[in-house]
This record gives sequence, structure tokens and C-alpha cells, in this order.
Amino acid sequence: MLDASPARPLVQVRDLRKYFPIHSGLLRRHTGDVKAVDGISFDILQGETLGLVGESGCGKSTVGRTLLRLYEVTSGSVVIDGTDIATLPPEALRQIRPKMQMVFQDPQASLNPRMTLARIIGEPLDEHTTLSRAEKLDRVYELMDQVGLNRVFANRFPHEFSGGQRQRIGIARALALNPRFIVCDEPIAALDVSIQAQVVNLLEDLQDRLGLTYLFISHDLSMVRHIADRVAVMYLGQIAELSPRDALYADPLHPYAKALLSAVCEPDPTREASRQRIILKGDVPSPANPPKGCNFCTRCPQVQPVCREVEPALVEVTPGRHVACHFVTPQSGTAGPTGGTEAKEHSQQGEPR
Amino acid sequence: MPDGAAPVLDVRGLKTVFRTRGGEVHAVNSVSFHLQPGELLGVVGESGSGKSVTMMSLIGLLPSPPADVRDGQVLLEGRDLLRITPEALRSVRGAEVGFVFQDPMTSLNPVFTVGDQIMEPLRTHLGMTRAQAETRAAELLDLVGIPDARKRLKSYPHQFSGGMRQRVMIAIALACDPKVLIADEPTTALDVTIQAQILELVRDLRSKLGMAIVWITHDLGVIAGIADRVMVMYAGQVVEQAPVKELFANPRHPYTRALLKTIPSNAGARGDRLQVIQGQPPILGAAPTACPFRARCRHAFDRCARENPARRPVGRGHDVACHWTPEGADA
Repeated sequence: MLDASPARPLVQVRDLRKYFPIHSGLLRRHTGDVKAVDGISFDILQGETLGLVGESGCGKSTVGRTLLRLYEVTSGSVVIDGTDIATLPPEALRQIRPKMQMVFQDPQASLNPRMTLARIIGEPLDEHTTLSRAEKLDRVYELMDQVGLNRVFANRFPHEFSGGQRQRIGIARALALNPRFIVCDEPIAALDVSIQAQVVNLLEDLQDRLGLTYLFISHDLSMVRHIADRVAVMYLGQIAELSPRDALYADPLHPYAKALLSAVCEPDPTREASRQRIILKGDVPSPANPPKGCNFCTRCPQVQPVCREVEPALVEVTPGRHVACHFVTPQSGTAGPTGGTEAKEHSQQGEPR
Repeated sequence: MPDGAAPVLDVRGLKTVFRTRGGEVHAVNSVSFHLQPGELLGVVGESGSGKSVTMMSLIGLLPSPPADVRDGQVLLEGRDLLRITPEALRSVRGAEVGFVFQDPMTSLNPVFTVGDQIMEPLRTHLGMTRAQAETRAAELLDLVGIPDARKRLKSYPHQFSGGMRQRVMIAIALACDPKVLIADEPTTALDVTIQAQILELVRDLRSKLGMAIVWITHDLGVIAGIADRVMVMYAGQVVEQAPVKELFANPRHPYTRALLKTIPSNAGARGDRLQVIQGQPPILGAAPTACPFRARCRHAFDRCARENPARRPVGRGHDVACHWTPEGADA
């Protein structure tokens, strides 16, 4: 999927934080923060797809939205194509918006029910271009062709379409201004399996044709394996592991990445029967009150005293593979104080709650 | 599973129609299946394929109108649930047939404690005293893996996480030791690591309690991990039914085959492109007179437009509703 040109980062995120304040009491005093995104750094290379996976509440959607500054950034920087958008004044931000677009999860909620398909897809053109009516309509037709919507649908309303077709409308709208970078926030989660494949194939075709760069946010690990070049695994507002796709799926290094991948059911009864599962105990802690030290220490099967005290940094342990765990170091390359093999043991289920 | 044993649940020719302002919707069309004691039957299909409506029709959970269970028999140990009084059916629901719904957030009552909600079926169906019911409720919570069960009985649903709420739902469904447990997408609203916990719990409970389970899902991965036998539904009909290994190894219906190819796998080689099933499921305006899948089917031929295929056996415990026979397969 990468171009022949040397891959350079299109998006550079450094120590990004997004806290949502909690106000309580009669005076609505600021009493705490939900640390939805708590210091994450990564690059997305030109023309690549970075998959962002994690469970609900881990902050992956917040990352997507903060990256496009749909949420104000608490601290840190987001450099997209050379411009730090985290601190850009509003008008300059508006100028740069055409470069970066978003495809939302729920095609029902993200399309205005009172607008026709042509107006929905054409709205970005009204906002950011000075095209004539006829030129706009031509562009709308061109976009509809690109995403596989029949031109005769141009004057219909969103409710007349199925979920998969609505997602195509959302994609056409995102493409209207020739963006370079698209955040796909769970674009297939609301669709049936047979329709998911259609949308994923479309996204891949468009990437090949238009040289797009994607951040693909999803909780569907199998689909991310299909579409992404590199994958970041998030847990409780931080990146646990960031690795090339094949390396991650073949041999996850971070204990959370191991557990997450082992929890995915395989559509194959024979493999399912023999598969080793790591069943994590308990639930994800509240991001308003994350544990001290490593944020995974409350559920980690290999937790050690140091994990409850010191927060591990995300370090490059082998070329291209970044892991935030005290026991995955450049020397060891495996998780756990006694090596990675026992990590697959079913009996290691972490400490009791 | 022994083939010879009498099925605990035997459904024959079930038809459910919704009367709407836009006309009738034939949501379930002549669905027949059976469930052996101790067996886990997986039901797969896309949204709108009639999997939930079928199961809700069985025990009269659909409001009527608009729903109308028009035809068929639902034999629970020989007794036809479609032909007993509403009072008798009430005593079947919750006592002999347990139900776990998809969304644990909305299916628990927020104003009652978890304990009250587990005790309710125990007191209504089994006539337990409050003290007896409380003891049993604590045992049930313990059984589904909620620590400190006695104390947690006094908690309200909002104090529990999604995974724990689903455990409570399972505890309620198990309260009266049902013969059949119907689980409607019980892990769909949960995260994968929590889903893994619930699947592990169900595997464990099955070996302890030995009840028969119907597990509705659209996730073929879950089916592969948990089911003994699988029933594939499309457009309100059962299109294929087989033991789980047979279904994955040797799918016969073009829809099942296509469905298995659309999902990317976590292991093995990564394909370049995902296979796609073109088109949309049909609108179920009338009882079908032709194969409902023919418009999306690669193998459709003239007979498919004339005649809705009946299910025919193609292997041991394997039957399929399709006129087409793959090359090299026995007719």
C-alpha cells in the first residue's frame, strides 16, 4: 500500500493529551479530569493505514477527534503535513480543514435527514470552494461514481438508503475536498458482515487510487489486521503497543496486546478448540482515576511490584516495534520477568479482585 | 450429542407475520428446528434475518398486534407452547425457558436492586420465601462469577459494569434451572476481553448444569468457539443447518459459503481482498415463492425463481435449502 516514494510522516502526534474536566458540587468546581487520552505519541506515514484498536472507553475515538481538532487539545502537538493544528487560530484551522476529513461510525446519525444526498456531499464544496452550481454538481456526480452510488440517487434523502449505502455517502462527503488524511472512526461497526466487506474494499480502492492516509479506528481486530499497515493498541488513554501488523498479530509483546488478541474468536471450530485463551480478570479502571504506575497493572497477568509504582514509557524494543512495559525491553524482547512462553498459560489470570 | 434422544425443544413450521401500516412483513417463514438436551445450537444471520423474532415467537414475547404467530408448533418436551393459555405460558417463561437479551444496560430495571431482580423469578415461579430466595440468589451470583455475592445483592444495576450486568442477566435466566436457555446476542454489546470472560463462563456453566442453549449471534467466530450445531438464517428462513465442524469445513448453501468468506481471519494468510456479497437482503413483503437469496446468488438458475427450495439432507445432521449442488458433492 505504500508508495515508491520514501515514506515520510504525514501526521506526527507528540505527547497528546485530552482531559475532559469533571465539575461537581453546587458551584460546579473543577474536581477532576477524565483522562481520555493521556500522553500518546505516534506518526502516520504518507499513504499508510494506521489501525487503532482497543476496547470501548480506551480513548481511541477521542484520539481520532482530537487529531482533527474536533475536540480542543489539552496539551501536546499534532503536526499534519507540517502544520501544528493543536494551536492554530480558528481561521487558519478552517483553511487547513479540507486536508483532513472524517468518516463517522454511525451513518444514520452523521447525515442530516433533511438534506438530499447531493446537498450532503456538496456541502463541503459550498463551504470551501467557489465552484459554480454546475461544477459542483459535476463534482458530486464524480464522487458518487467513486464510491459506487448510482447518480439517480442524487436527490434522495438518507433514510431511503441502507446502512452500507449511507456509509458510502459519508465517505463521498469526506472525499469531496480531496483530503490527504482521513480518520475512519469505526466506519463498519454499525454494518452487517456482508456489507462490512464492501465498505472496507471501497476504502482500500480509494486509498490506492487517491493516495490517502488513514487512521482506522476499530474494535474489530480481524478487520484491522486486514486493512492496516501498522497497528496501535490502546489501553486506558495510552498506547500499550505500536507494531507493524504482521509482527503484532504473529507475536504480540505487550501483555494487554496478548490478552486482547487471544480474546478474539476465530471463525474456525478446530482452531477454536485448541486455542489458548488468556482470560483477563475484572474490568477496565475508570479513566477518571487511573491506577498508579502502569495503567494495566490492575489486570496484568504478569504484574510485579515495580508496575504499581513506575509508569513504563513507550520504547522501541525492536526496529519498528514500540511497547510500553517494564518487562519488554530491547534486550529481552519478550514480556514477563520469566519470559514470554508462560504468558500463554491459561491459568495465569492475574491477581484476584 | 446423541441423535436418538428426544429433543427438549422441537419447532415445526413456525410462521410469524408483522402487520404494519406499509403492509405485512413475513419475518419468520416456516422455520423448523430442534434442540437436543444439553446441546448448544448457534443461530447465525444478519440483522433482519429473523433470528431474534423466531426465538421471541417461541415463548410469546412479541407484542400482538403487530406480531401474529400464524402457524406452526413449538413443542417443549411435547407440550405445544403456541396452544396453551397465557397463564400457562407465563409459568413456562423464566421457569422452563430462560432468556438472556443482547443489551444488559436496558434489560435490567434500574430502580430495583440486582438481588430483587434475581429473586423475582425464584419467588413467583418456585414460591420461595424471601430468605430462601436470597440464599439462592447469592449462590447464583457466585455461580456466574461475581465475587462477594451476598453484599452485591444490594447493589443497583448502574453500580455494575457491562460484563457484570450480563452475568446478572445470566444469573436471572438460570434462577429456576430452565431446560432451555435462549441467549440473544449476549456478548454483542461487550468488549472482546469481556466477551471472552462470558464465553468462558457459559462453557463452564454448561459442563456444570447441562442445559440446552440456543445462542443467537452474527459473529461466526463466537459460533466456532461455543456451538455444537449451527443454524444459518436468511430472510426469515433456515437455509442451512449442520454440526459446527461440518458447517465450517463443508458449507453447502451459497449464502453460508459467501458469509464465511467475507470475514477476515486473525490467523493464517491474510487475503488481498475481502469477498463481498453483492446487493441487499430482500424485503419480506409476502410469503416467498422463490429462493430469497437468488438475487445475490452466484449459482442461481431458473428453478430458483420458480420454487423456494425446501431443506434437504446432504450429510449426517446436515441439511440445506438450496437447489444447487456444488461440483463434486453428493446430491
